[in-house]
Amino acid sequence: MGLRRFIAVRVLTTIPILFGVSVFTFAMVHLTPGDPIDQLVALNPQISAAEEAAIRARYGLDGPVWQQYFTWITNVLQGDFGTVINVDQPVGPYIMDRLPQTIALGLFGWVIALLIAIPTGIYAAVNKDTLGDDLSRVFALSGISLPNFWLGLMLILVFALWLDLWPVLAPNKPLFSPAMLKYLVLPGVTIGTASSATLMRVMRSSMAEEMNKEYVTAARAKGLPERTVVLKHVLRNSLISVTTIAAFLTASIFAGAVVVESVFAWPGLGRAFVKAISGREVDLIMAITLFTGVTIILANLLADIVYALLDPRIRYD
Amino acid sequence: MSLLEVEDLTVNFYTEEGVVTAVDDLSFRIDRGEKFGVVGESGAGKSVTALSVMRLIEEPGRIESGTIRFDGQDLMELSDSAVRDVRGNDIAMIFQDAQTALNPVYTVGEQISEAIRHHLDYSDAEARDRTIRLLDDVGIPEPEARYDDYPHEFSGGMQQRAIIAMALSCDPELLIADEPTTALDVTIEAKILDRLDRLADEYDTAIQLITHDLGVIAEMCDRVMVMYAGRAVENAPVEELYYDPKHPYTVGLMSAIPRIGDRQDRLQTIPGTMPDLVEVPSGCSFHPRCPFAEEACTRKQPPLVDPETGDGVGLSDRSAACLAYTGDLDSELDYEVEVKGGRGSPPDDTQPDPRGGRTDTEPLQADSDPVGLDTDLLDRDGPDDSGGQQDG
Amino acid sequence: MSTERGRIRITGFDADRVESREPLSDWTEERDTETESRWERAWGEFRDNRSAMLGLYIVALMGILAVFARPVTIAGVTVQPFSLAPYDPSAILYVQGLDVSAYEAPSLAHPFGTDGSARDVFSRVLYGGRFSLSIGFIVVSITAAIGLVYGAIAGYYGGRIDEVMMRLLDLIFAFPGLLLALIIVAVLGKGYWELVLAFTVFGWAGYARLIRGEILKVKENEYVMAAKALGARDRRVIFRHVVPNAIAPLVVQASLSIGTVVIGVAALGFLGLGLPPGSAEWGTMLDATRETIVQGPGGTIPWWVTVFPGGAIFLFVMSMNLIGDGINDALNAQEGTDVATGGEV
Ligand code: SF4
Repeated sequence: MGLRRFIAVRVLTTIPILFGVSVFTFAMVHLTPGDPIDQLVALNPQISAAEEAAIRARYGLDGPVWQQYFTWITNVLQGDFGTVINVDQPVGPYIMDRLPQTIALGLFGWVIALLIAIPTGIYAAVNKDTLGDDLSRVFALSGISLPNFWLGLMLILVFALWLDLWPVLAPNKPLFSPAMLKYLVLPGVTIGTASSATLMRVMRSSMAEEMNKEYVTAARAKGLPERTVVLKHVLRNSLISVTTIAAFLTASIFAGAVVVESVFAWPGLGRAFVKAISGREVDLIMAITLFTGVTIILANLLADIVYALLDPRIRYD
Repeated sequence: MSLLEVEDLTVNFYTEEGVVTAVDDLSFRIDRGEKFGVVGESGAGKSVTALSVMRLIEEPGRIESGTIRFDGQDLMELSDSAVRDVRGNDIAMIFQDAQTALNPVYTVGEQISEAIRHHLDYSDAEARDRTIRLLDDVGIPEPEARYDDYPHEFSGGMQQRAIIAMALSCDPELLIADEPTTALDVTIEAKILDRLDRLADEYDTAIQLITHDLGVIAEMCDRVMVMYAGRAVENAPVEELYYDPKHPYTVGLMSAIPRIGDRQDRLQTIPGTMPDLVEVPSGCSFHPRCPFAEEACTRKQPPLVDPETGDGVGLSDRSAACLAYTGDLDSELDYEVEVKGGRGSPPDDTQPDPRGGRTDTEPLQADSDPVGLDTDLLDRDGPDDSGGQQDG
Repeated sequence: MSTERGRIRITGFDADRVESREPLSDWTEERDTETESRWERAWGEFRDNRSAMLGLYIVALMGILAVFARPVTIAGVTVQPFSLAPYDPSAILYVQGLDVSAYEAPSLAHPFGTDGSARDVFSRVLYGGRFSLSIGFIVVSITAAIGLVYGAIAGYYGGRIDEVMMRLLDLIFAFPGLLLALIIVAVLGKGYWELVLAFTVFGWAGYARLIRGEILKVKENEYVMAAKALGARDRRVIFRHVVPNAIAPLVVQASLSIGTVVIGVAALGFLGLGLPPGSAEWGTMLDATRETIVQGPGGTIPWWVTVFPGGAIFLFVMSMNLIGDGINDALNAQEGTDVATGGEV
């Protein structure tokens, strides 16, 4: 099957998964024994049963579960994600306000991860068992062992409080201005460290594995310079295994955003999610969960396409 | 001056279980255009010898000592970049398993032409043309179309042809073929060997053919070196080796050749297995498996000597390393070589498979075709491989 | 040499002679006949790994400290009377009449200082190990067991069953584990067993996928085919033949996951969604102090309330990862390069 067909088939198989993701999201959140209305009633005992039923109907919280799902998904497909009850604001705009913050943070984290991991991974694999390799392994192991919230706190402690190089909190400026770049550094490093460490370990081990293959000896036997052997022959093969963890890394950056945004009081989706959990904002929880699931599925799709571009074998299977 | 002269080569591997001397004080030489066979069981140090010649030994291995003179120049003394100019250009290698030797993510054509661009400074288009011609030479049909195919789109035989084309790409003076056909089935093997043989003549390239199969050696080579446990145990022109083997190990290899019409109850094989090289038996390392071994063999390591005189010899003279020829043994090596059929008997045209007997020193597989050595071993015509497409 | 050409036959190379005679030397083909099992050899390999052993010692030490930090009482009976921690981890010290205030810097009396409620941070860090370590090990044991069964069933039966079971896994993998744990906490509320559940409900998915892959590899092996052909029951084939061979990667994954779970638990604590506020759980301790840091200091910075609990998490997770890497290397080393053919590249 050609590359184009491969992509077409892959895109088509994504559709049922997306449907599954929406059902999964809905089912998870509706395991909740209480909903915001219960809380509302608990806080305001004067609300009568009739009033409660009216409110439920307004938010679509009456009727059997499948019907609720159907109502919800229909609304979602029309762009109506419900309401953030506490602030009485539609979920859609609420998310759109915060999404760019999270995307900026996530991208920054990704870029840092790639910039550190790929060259270090290559270096470590080529110079296996040297001091540099050992150091990079210590770094990688520390990176995956560091709790990101603690790393964030420590960075604040050292760079913001002791060295006074950074302000702790970002001022309220437009996100995409050069001045904001500086405020992205600490949270960006925090969010990128774990991913970069993971990526580096994968990179190093897959490079090292590829280096032992016979095609490498064959390339050397052709008299090619070592740089060509490593950067042309080995690298492309090891990038194949890196793409297989790309989606996983996207997920871990999402999870990182939840924590890191709370540490740095970064006004993004992650922080909104934590607030939604504490406030049992069902619509908001569902919307963010759905958004996350869809993003990760799409990241998976993208990774598979890159995989097929890198590895000609996959296209013909 | 010989094309390649290897003297006193010793290669060690520093493994966790100890130091493995994969090649021990080995010397040999190859003349221009010569076809030189290296035979022995796996683990005898054949491949390490090959990689050493290209200085491709890697951690944890190390070339401990020795000189490798190619065209009068000691490769051991060259800088890394100077060695790279030799690799692929003057000395090229054909690998055992084409499937693993080809990079799966680049097209076959690209993998051949990258060497041409690198060594011969050809432009992209020139390199492509040359590659297509090479693919045609090694018998790949529609070479122009196949240039852009990936290795997994080639059959095993085709991949091996591509590897041969890659090796020939810069017109090398020496081609090191490491078990070039072991991974292939017998009919394709015959075709590819024949093609290799003819191309070597055409390109005037010397070949160092490494194999565990005496039959393959018989078909192609002029001279043979038999290796055991990292050392050379016998050197001989191929004809003499077959009709008059001197070293008990060679005799054992020869006895293990199956042939049609033998009434023998079972095949004589060499008992035991090759020692792993961490702990090599004392004295003559073959003694635990040698039927002629005596007590003396456990003490003294036999030198390579002229079997007639017992004197030391030059690099390419007839020689064998057995104490029988140095007068250290009490009794004789009491084996006999029987030759039937008489001088110059015409080749038996009715033999369907022209391939010589397979003398796998590895355990014989049931499916290997035990065609005997009934036909004349040496004066045979190669199989017809003008098409070379049957295996594609 | 004979000048004749033709069929060659060699006689006199008599293998029997070798087999029947007394060995000439004491050289034998098999060196040190190893009878140890795979796991014994792996353990030997592991013991030689210095960083892995260091990890093991640290984890053991932290475990012991956590157990002996305060007495353990089960159903009114004190089963563990020792008390290594100098103070009660939840005691507000000035209330007890001690001359201690909030945010006291580390000193001999309080090696890790005191926190915002004038509690002894050292005692709290020692005691806090109980939460993280126990939740880590409990979660990993349960999830590994579930994953093993799930993956074994999917991999062994294949076909439709496998297809459906794998699609469910795909769905779980579409969400970050922390996000799912948060949602479960939102459903169930805070608490120790709630935390265990939060990481168990979906935490088995990774093991299931791993085991399924291993099973698919092992399934093709002859002995499994043979057992099936002999009519062994499915369950028996799975648990007697297939699973034992797939267990090594499971052990590696489990040892590496303990750290992940511990970080996850602490993260929930840090977000204020783990244990009740004031608990001596490492993450929860950090939550209580982050406001003081983010909002800037009123004079001195009480760095110790941040450094020590977080450092404890880091030390434990790092040690677990060292152990995991060590196990991985030890189990892989055996399948790795065979020295006998080390020469043949
Ligand atoms: S030296 Fe002894 S053991 Fe070695 S080949 Fe000769 S007879 Fe056999």
